[in-house]
Amino acid sequence: MLKIVMLMLLLVLAGCTTTGGDKDGDGAQVEERTGDSSSNQDAQASGMKDGEGMNGSSMSDAQKYSIQALNDPNSTLSIRTVYFAFDSSEISAESQELLVEHARFLSYNPEVQVVLEGHADERGTRDYNLALGERRAKSVHEFLTAQGVNHTQLEVISYGEEKPVDLEHNESAWALNRRVELIYP
Amino acid sequence: MRLYQLFFIFLFFLISQTASSIEIVVNEGAEGALPIAIVPFAWKNNNQPGKTDIAAVIRADLRRSGMFSPLAVNTLPARPNLDTPINYERWRGTSAENLVIGDITATSGDRYEVRFKMFDVYTKQQILAYRFSISKRNIRRVAHQISDMIYEKLIGVRGAFDTLIAYVIANNDLKRNKRTYTLAVAESDGFNEQIVLRSKQPIMSPAWSPSGKRLAYVSFEKGRSIIYIQELKTGKRKQVSSFKGINSAPRWSPDGKRLAISISKDGNAEVYILYINSGVLQRITNHYGIDTEPDWAPDGKSIVFTSDRGGKPQLYQINIGPRGRAGNPHRLTFEGNYNSRGSHSPDGNFITYITRENGSFRVASMNLKNGAIQILTQSRLDESPSFSPNGKLIIYATELRGRGVLEVVSVDGALSPQRLRVRSGDVRDPAWSGFRSKK
Repeated sequence: MLKIVMLMLLLVLAGCTTTGGDKDGDGAQVEERTGDSSSNQDAQASGMKDGEGMNGSSMSDAQKYSIQALNDPNSTLSIRTVYFAFDSSEISAESQELLVEHARFLSYNPEVQVVLEGHADERGTRDYNLALGERRAKSVHEFLTAQGVNHTQLEVISYGEEKPVDLEHNESAWALNRRVELIYP
Repeated sequence: MRLYQLFFIFLFFLISQTASSIEIVVNEGAEGALPIAIVPFAWKNNNQPGKTDIAAVIRADLRRSGMFSPLAVNTLPARPNLDTPINYERWRGTSAENLVIGDITATSGDRYEVRFKMFDVYTKQQILAYRFSISKRNIRRVAHQISDMIYEKLIGVRGAFDTLIAYVIANNDLKRNKRTYTLAVAESDGFNEQIVLRSKQPIMSPAWSPSGKRLAYVSFEKGRSIIYIQELKTGKRKQVSSFKGINSAPRWSPDGKRLAISISKDGNAEVYILYINSGVLQRITNHYGIDTEPDWAPDGKSIVFTSDRGGKPQLYQINIGPRGRAGNPHRLTFEGNYNSRGSHSPDGNFITYITRENGSFRVASMNLKNGAIQILTQSRLDESPSFSPNGKLIIYATELRGRGVLEVVSVDGALSPQRLRVRSGDVRDPAWSGFRSKK
């Protein structure tokens, strides 16, 4: 009888999971939103000007949006979180600027895929928040595709309120948890 | 019939009781709680009494209901047994109106016979008597069944002590970047916790099948939300909804053959009915807003769900026929600008849900016949309310001093919230099973 018990226990535990990678690695990084993004920017708003002469300090677009730029801690691309106001999925002007940079990068590197991971703060009910997180991620998706990014490079996932980066129960924690993270491979 | 039921129990209850994640903190009971004396059950022919103190389990059950005020053990004036006459005079001096006496006799192997009787102290009448023949592993369960019988005899409503609750425990260690999520099931008093699923990724929304044999839940173990159904006895499970986008909020139809779910494969979260065996889908909502958190009426003829089609989350109701939706949804909630996560009472007359009042998220109940609303809590971050199977209590998740905890409150508001305190981690997403034994 005991052997059967043990077997059943093993079967129950076999239903347990281990999973693939935890995507929260850059959780610590994202809390700060620095104003650095404008330091290397071209004067013109749009455009992929390859190698055209600019002032000496700025790089060419090809460099700025090269695949190496993704790992450069000084590049704007190192900022990968978009924040949202309560109950909203609207993208702020500041976040739009950030997303434009990511959109350019993705256009320069069509083989690169990014996951748009949507989140909500803990207030309200869990399943509704799961859909709210998705709505936010879809909002970012829409913005990026409007900037010309191919939708095949984008995937939308929501974690709702299930993966907060700040476990406190106050306004500043909630503000940090209302976010979409751009997860590159 | 009843003896047979005792054999039919989840095998995982064989596993010896380890430390639970939750323990009960009982606040003061309701006014008018019935005083009752439960004498420690005598272990008759066994020199080594078992670990379970049946009388203590019964006392705790009855106290937790808020309807009883059991006498403390050390105030009992006598320890009568079932074989000798009772001296009622000694009991008249206490406040107790009823007296419960019982014993346990080891029979063969690991089997026991449990007997109990209840007496009215004033009329000296025996008003209840029962005998169980059980195996050792079911001793605790028998205690809950005795509590149910006492409760029903004196209150007139079926007890809900011989029931289970499922819940999710999250342990977030963000410093070490380590999260663990556990889906567990325990008896209604938090004891005998059994692990159903452990994961490094979130688990949400456990839902009991009507038979109590299976749980549906959402797991993110594959990197996104997917709905599974797991058979508790064997641990066997299958994916039933893994469409593109969100797969969430499963709720069983009363006939156990369908799940109402919220999935976003068609662009945004919509409510569908999924036939579990065939995989056939019936679409119930069609709106660009968020439609989620479906819950079946007990007669299976309608579903209440959350929708923000009006701008903010509110509760809506839609009729269901054999071909799926029958007619258009109509709105149920008009007070306040956030009402979500409706859950029907077992008799179908009420729903409990979460309402936002002055920025606080609280448990409310609405009488579906006349629309009368009652707000049942005064906390600020409540979620996931659901009824006990006898319709008397509502369990929900809330936050207390930074931790996620479960609380139980009575439907009539008479009993203040009873806390199921956690030992570690945050507990959330409670789901109360149906009655475990047939009537």
